[in-house]
Amino acid sequence: MIHAAGAGHPGGSLSAIDIIAALYGNQLRFDVNNPDWADRDRFIMSKGHASPAVYSILFEMGFITEDDMMSFRKLGSVCQGHVDMKWTNGVDFSAGSLGMGLSFGLGCALAARMDSSNREVWVMVGDGEIQEGQFWEAAMAADFHSVGRLNLIVDRNRIQNDDFVEVQMEVGDVGAKLASFGWDVMEIDGHDMEQVSQAIQWSSSMTASPTAIVAHTIKGKGVSYMEDNPSFHGKAPNDNELAIALEELS
Amino acid sequence: MSAPSTGGASRDGYGSALLRLADDPRVVVLEADLGKSTKSCLFREANPERTVSLGIAEQNMILVGAGMASSGKIPFASTFAIFTERGFEQVRNGVARPGLVVHLCGSHGGIHTGTDGSSAQSIEDLALYRTIPGMTVIHPCDDLSSEELTIQLLDHGRPSYTRTARNKTPRMYDEESCKKLRIGKGSILRKGSDVAIIACGVMVSEAIRAAEELSKNGVEATVVDMHTIKPLDTELIDELVQECKGIVTAEDHSVIGGLGSAVSEHVSYRGGVPIRMVGVSDRFGESGEPGELMNLMGITYGDIVDSCESLLS
Repeated sequence: MIHAAGAGHPGGSLSAIDIIAALYGNQLRFDVNNPDWADRDRFIMSKGHASPAVYSILFEMGFITEDDMMSFRKLGSVCQGHVDMKWTNGVDFSAGSLGMGLSFGLGCALAARMDSSNREVWVMVGDGEIQEGQFWEAAMAADFHSVGRLNLIVDRNRIQNDDFVEVQMEVGDVGAKLASFGWDVMEIDGHDMEQVSQAIQWSSSMTASPTAIVAHTIKGKGVSYMEDNPSFHGKAPNDNELAIALEELS
Repeated sequence: MSAPSTGGASRDGYGSALLRLADDPRVVVLEADLGKSTKSCLFREANPERTVSLGIAEQNMILVGAGMASSGKIPFASTFAIFTERGFEQVRNGVARPGLVVHLCGSHGGIHTGTDGSSAQSIEDLALYRTIPGMTVIHPCDDLSSEELTIQLLDHGRPSYTRTARNKTPRMYDEESCKKLRIGKGSILRKGSDVAIIACGVMVSEAIRAAEELSKNGVEATVVDMHTIKPLDTELIDELVQECKGIVTAEDHSVIGGLGSAVSEHVSYRGGVPIRMVGVSDRFGESGEPGELMNLMGITYGDIVDSCESLLS
């Protein structure tokens, strides 16, 4: 998809995709034939540049076609460069500007509570993303309003656009920071599917307060030359690199 | 029209409207620690379960509104006009781009806000929100029109920004006449064939006063309350271009990007009559009483009179 588009964000897609697959596979309640079902669970992909991960799963779930996927970033495609609720069935948020997703998810969760609905809201953010001040505004507000059924996943892949997070602006002990904001936190290996599954179940069971899963992940997971490599944050593989990636991921 | 009576400020009308809208269970109110000032506090007192305090955190408030709108609510979020601007990109990317219907209200707009000084005097908000595709921009002139236009937002179906003013201004409408107002349709308050004065907000009463002064010298002015800056009532402007020798715009806002710009853009496309803009020139305000500041900035009825006369001479 990214190779066909000649642009995109492979690194942060591969760090997130195990968790997204687990959510769609076993947790989220949705109706592919009725994408706007009011009581569906919401998945807010705040790190919207990792759109290829989302589109891959939406294809697997039947929301979009393979042609849709392969038209990624092309004029008129339902697969916009960054995930966009206006363009793609099954997408609940228009991302692309970092730091906004948790606020949006908080709004969804507050609305669900006003409606006495048990629909869940899942928000995924990147670790570089939480350098945005708005994220912490939302974190403070979610605790203040004791919003349950708001589940945050931090994709702690340690790399952002320009370089490693620790070089650009280290975000430190994210779990401790969220805990100090009043959140219940679990730290996991974001590629260990047993841990991922347990964390999702735990988070879902905590319905009285907001919960966060800090998932320690590897940027570019599964492709040797992309792993932990800042240069594959936002770059498409060439023909040769694609062949290697497909071989290694198969 | 009869001499105007003094009502409340346009922010009072916003608060009254929220109270009336409370019958609709979809309506929710979001606050950022200025509910007493924007008058959303009236809704809070009656409906605390549908009022959400987000603290002094405007960016979060705007996206919480977007999330609620995506979940079937109709959020009305308010703070000072100037502080909505802190969340401009949130409005652009988080609200308007996906077409989520959040109604944002910025109170205390313009230099009319007064003694708080330039940090509180938003003179660019109308320009900012006017640039966002699909966004409705409203600036009522008194409490009754503010109440009526806010009520109409319930079924508007598009995101909006409404600027209200801190201070009382003379009423331009009564309980009956305000019901004839429609979002997107300018309201003709006075008819005259020499010049058309198109005003918004606190400048509407100044425009009426200017028209009365002009009339003493034999110049008859049409006065329009252009309470909706976007979508602009271009049909009405086209009629004014046909009927009058020129147009003077009046706003408590920068002359860059606001009502005057909107009118000029349209008239320049279609060709027509000369235009003069009364507004804040490219500068910041300062502390002072509203009347003193209007004098300082050159946005009084006298400035409107001068602009009309220079245009006709």
